[in-house]
Amino acid sequence: MAKVLKSPPFWFFAVFLLFTVIATVVAAEEVAPSAAAPSELAQVDTGDTAWLLTSAALVLVMTPALAFFYGGLVRRKNILSILMQCFMLMCIITIQWVLFGYSLSFGPDIKGIIGGLGWFGLKNVGLEPNPVYAATVPHQAFMIFQAMFAIITPALILGAFAERMKFSTFCVFSVLWATIVYDPVCHWVWGAGGFLRADGALDFAGGTVVHINAGIAALASALVLGKRQGYPHKISPPHNLPFAVLGAGLLWFGWFGFNGGSALGSGALATNAFVVTHIAAAAAGLTWAMLDWIFNSRSTVLGIITGAVGGLVAITPASGFVNPIGAIWIGIGVSVLCYISVAVLKVKFGYDDSLDAFGVHGVGGIWGALATGLWATKAVNPAGADGLFYGNPAQFFIQFKAVIITAAYSFVVTFVLLKILDAIMGLRASEQDEKIGLDLTQHREAGYTVLD
Amino acid sequence: MKYLIAIVQPDRLDEVLTRLEEKEIHLVTVTPVMGRGRQKGISEVYRSHKEAGSLLKKAKLEIAVNDDFVKPAIDAILEGARTGHVGDGKIFVLDMPECIRIRTGEKGCPAIG
Repeated sequence: MAKVLKSPPFWFFAVFLLFTVIATVVAAEEVAPSAAAPSELAQVDTGDTAWLLTSAALVLVMTPALAFFYGGLVRRKNILSILMQCFMLMCIITIQWVLFGYSLSFGPDIKGIIGGLGWFGLKNVGLEPNPVYAATVPHQAFMIFQAMFAIITPALILGAFAERMKFSTFCVFSVLWATIVYDPVCHWVWGAGGFLRADGALDFAGGTVVHINAGIAALASALVLGKRQGYPHKISPPHNLPFAVLGAGLLWFGWFGFNGGSALGSGALATNAFVVTHIAAAAAGLTWAMLDWIFNSRSTVLGIITGAVGGLVAITPASGFVNPIGAIWIGIGVSVLCYISVAVLKVKFGYDDSLDAFGVHGVGGIWGALATGLWATKAVNPAGADGLFYGNPAQFFIQFKAVIITAAYSFVVTFVLLKILDAIMGLRASEQDEKIGLDLTQHREAGYTVLD
Repeated sequence: MKYLIAIVQPDRLDEVLTRLEEKEIHLVTVTPVMGRGRQKGISEVYRSHKEAGSLLKKAKLEIAVNDDFVKPAIDAILEGARTGHVGDGKIFVLDMPECIRIRTGEKGCPAIG
């Protein structure tokens, strides 16, 4: 028993149980829940709800897809560590989201900075629609759709510290990062009363909230953790590219829910998002393949899938505001910029962003947010705004401001959080453990056996 | 008794095994290996980063034979693996002092069988 009390995971789990108990008590306080009047429930649109729930499932599958995308790129001895980190996020962030994450992100606004705790434990988040966010679907459908975004965002970061982070610290970092970085930024951009939303910044499906946020946090992580042993010359190439291709393919598939679902309905806007998402991915994949062909004499599989994912990242904020031709330009632009960032800048500055989480998601996300300010047009979405190419240069500067604020906040807070955790728990696996591999040392399992 | 180690092109492996079979040489162990010789390797590129120390895929055959079978075995490998191009591989012939069949404990020539 004494041994259990001294074990950090025990206290980690105890905190989780404590919050669950509080949520139970809070929920019990509720005076007989006013059964929603049938007339209110009648506002639910079954088509919208069906699409949003389907989209939520599509976005969920992006996290295991990312696990295979990343997992194929690491060495054999670390594949399970990647799959485990992603799967752990699916579990841990879901609980964080239900207990207080959703409330901090979308709950009653406090000065435009963060949501209050009024929706702690999903209190007041029921099956009747919330007209502020999505008037035609049950509030819980919106909540669970958003939960999938909260899960994949910290998962994107792990590409930067892959193959060297201690698993216990990873768990604590992820919960804290979701709470003090993701939830506030999500509130700024999407929450009712959030200050960037009030500012008019356009972010249809999470270019700022998800990709810039995670991409910049990834850069901070790569800088704080330092390089893997042997980087750059003694690191083996990707151990299973077919896994990476499988992951990229499933990411593309899931992204239809990510962007298409962000219309929060199943009509014209969802169709536009679906169509431009596909186009941008195709244009970006093609562009990267051509760049490889021109500069490295061969087109590569890793290149084309990296480009396609970059295209999906870049079109994310723009998907509800640009037309198909704008999407092609966004796709071409993202591959050129990300290609330069991973082939030239990373080498020049010498940081070890192991799987290019910053190089693709950070750079691609920033390009996407800015490009939204260039190609957005009210012809696609009257609720949006015109961009620079449609006669409204002011929108570009609003986008620019949102990028700078998000990037600065994410970088500083992630940097400080990691430094604190390093002092308390240590961020990196021991030198010996890193050599042996995280699968065996962090999880006591092996991804592959030698025979049989 | 001799111990033969042959490094051949992977796509010639089936042919070599067929020729060995024709000469009634059944005992063989095959391993996929990486290597390089005068042919050199092909360097790989991942996200524009070139990988040094490139190697090519080869098949390694290990065959234990009694003295009567040394020449037939070598002939079989030469017939099966030769294409006339750089990179066809090598055969190494080693002396083998002892051989033991695990099932019966037999030693020497009868153990190879």
